[in-house]
Amino acid sequence: MQHTSAKNIASRPIKKIYRRFGDRIFQSTIVLVGLAIIALAIALAVVLLIDGGAAIKEFGLINFLFSSTWNPVTQVFGAWPFILGTLITSIAALLISILPALGVAIFTAEYAPKWLATWIDYFVDLLAAVPSVVIGIWGIFVMVPYAQANIYQPVARWAAESAPWLSPVLGNPSGYSLITATVVLSLMIVPYTVALARDAIRLVPQEQREAAWALGATRWEVMRMAVIPYARGGIIAGAVLSFGRAIGETMAVAMLIGNSNSLPFTLFGPAATMPSVIVNEFREAMNTLHLSSLMVVGFVLFVISLVVNLIASWLQRFFAVGGRTV
Amino acid sequence: MADSTHTSRHEYGSLQRYFTSENLKSRYRHGRVMLALFVLAAIAVIVPLLVVITYVVVNGISAINLDFFTQDLGSPTRAMLGRPTGLGHSIIGTLVVDGIALLIAIPIGIGAGIMLSEYADHPLSPVLRIFNDTLNGMPAILKGMLAWTIIVRPMGTFSGWAGAVALSFVMIPIIARATEGVLQIIPWSIREAGLALGLPRWRVVLSTVIPAAKTGLVTGILIAFARAVGEAAPLLLTSLGNNYYSSSWLGYITGPVDTLPARLYSLAISPYKEWHGMGWAAGIVLLAIVMIAFIAARLLTRNRKEK
Repeated sequence: MQHTSAKNIASRPIKKIYRRFGDRIFQSTIVLVGLAIIALAIALAVVLLIDGGAAIKEFGLINFLFSSTWNPVTQVFGAWPFILGTLITSIAALLISILPALGVAIFTAEYAPKWLATWIDYFVDLLAAVPSVVIGIWGIFVMVPYAQANIYQPVARWAAESAPWLSPVLGNPSGYSLITATVVLSLMIVPYTVALARDAIRLVPQEQREAAWALGATRWEVMRMAVIPYARGGIIAGAVLSFGRAIGETMAVAMLIGNSNSLPFTLFGPAATMPSVIVNEFREAMNTLHLSSLMVVGFVLFVISLVVNLIASWLQRFFAVGGRTV
Repeated sequence: MADSTHTSRHEYGSLQRYFTSENLKSRYRHGRVMLALFVLAAIAVIVPLLVVITYVVVNGISAINLDFFTQDLGSPTRAMLGRPTGLGHSIIGTLVVDGIALLIAIPIGIGAGIMLSEYADHPLSPVLRIFNDTLNGMPAILKGMLAWTIIVRPMGTFSGWAGAVALSFVMIPIIARATEGVLQIIPWSIREAGLALGLPRWRVVLSTVIPAAKTGLVTGILIAFARAVGEAAPLLLTSLGNNYYSSSWLGYITGPVDTLPARLYSLAISPYKEWHGMGWAAGIVLLAIVMIAFIAARLLTRNRKEK
């Protein structure tokens, strides 16, 4: 006993170090790590803006954003074709994918037997992880030749004969086109939309469903009147997040869109998006102005992604039911 | 809250009108039509994706052979003359670059996760959450541009470690978010037990919370790895590519280095037919890596739930 207490007294200063300074060191390390991440996110915007300074000074920000000439040879740069290309492909991809994705989410969350729902869930989650380049190589060697021969060319031929007014919209079928990129993009964002909508639907309290059942609702009516209205915030926010994914999607789009820098884009003709032009031209940027212009394109991409993500989180809070985030 | 009450009153009003205006049979019919649409949607989504995977697997397996794993790529003439070529150098490069990226991302990601969950009362915590989510939502190519600006340009050369840093930017927010989620579900009683024993806060975190959350942390890391290993865009801007084995291990870090996703891209857009087959093979190897990481993560989560 004597021995123990003596030891305790002897170790007291060490204990103080261990206790007081241990906490202090640990906490400052953690805070440092947190600050590093914050700095990283800020650096992302700041670096793009600083390096884009030359282009902004040369063309003016507004003029750069809405001018549709992008010509590295004559050194005239405007980002409008890429902004337009990104918006067209992403919005169209979202519109194509949203209803089927919602259908899958409702089916797995409410209708499918447990084993089937588990399998579909696994499969959808796995698909979200399939690398973009892998989808891209499939697009190049399977989808493009097939769609070119069996869809684009026949449709273009038909339009040339019977609906000439459509031709300027459709354009010359080149295989690598706006529509190829859009279809592939919609395939790629489906898993995200499904997963987010499914999570939102699963969070709907059972009582909500039981109340509707008790009123004599059929299964679909339970869904329509009790489940979907409750989960709508999560579903809409999920769709917006998927839209954000589509905006940033780079490789598959760069491999399939055909990479044309000049407007007007046509449905069957080549186009470009902000990420695709960056990945295609960044390494070969011939001079400072070209590189700087690409940096500004990157900054625009940053701002658009930021706005989309902020809208998604705002929607989640706006539609929260009774203080709960759905 | 007031808004939601209003909405639900409105909903039940319409529910009542709905029930009295139609007979039961047609309501059931309506339900069956909707179910049919949902099943159709499921098929419409799953079939094309299944087609993609089938093509990659079938074409990839027929293009894969032993040389693929042991040889390096060399010039296009090597493939055209039928001499042995492969992507051994890309596989090593992928392992090196992703390995270093993990070494950078794991401590930072888990540290940030601890901050978000265990130091939620710290004033920096909510700010960190916003910025971490922002970083997570940013396209990977922008992270590549950042790594290019802060590493490749000052150093004057594309390098493996620039690629690793770019990939770590992809991994960090994912790991941080996953860590936060895992630590949140550890019961408070565990922390209280530690504090009651007189442990300082840092020992409670490191010796009771983290060990209890170990499986979940590994799952988060695996998911971050699975996402980053398939990223080609940031690597094209940072580690560029290389057709040959490096003469030394250091060469994979300090010089331009090949990685599977970046190489898959350049093979697929190359004009050489022989290289296209190798692209498919790279695709199946990449898919296999992602799937293994993903399935391992799933198995870990399932075991934890069963216990």
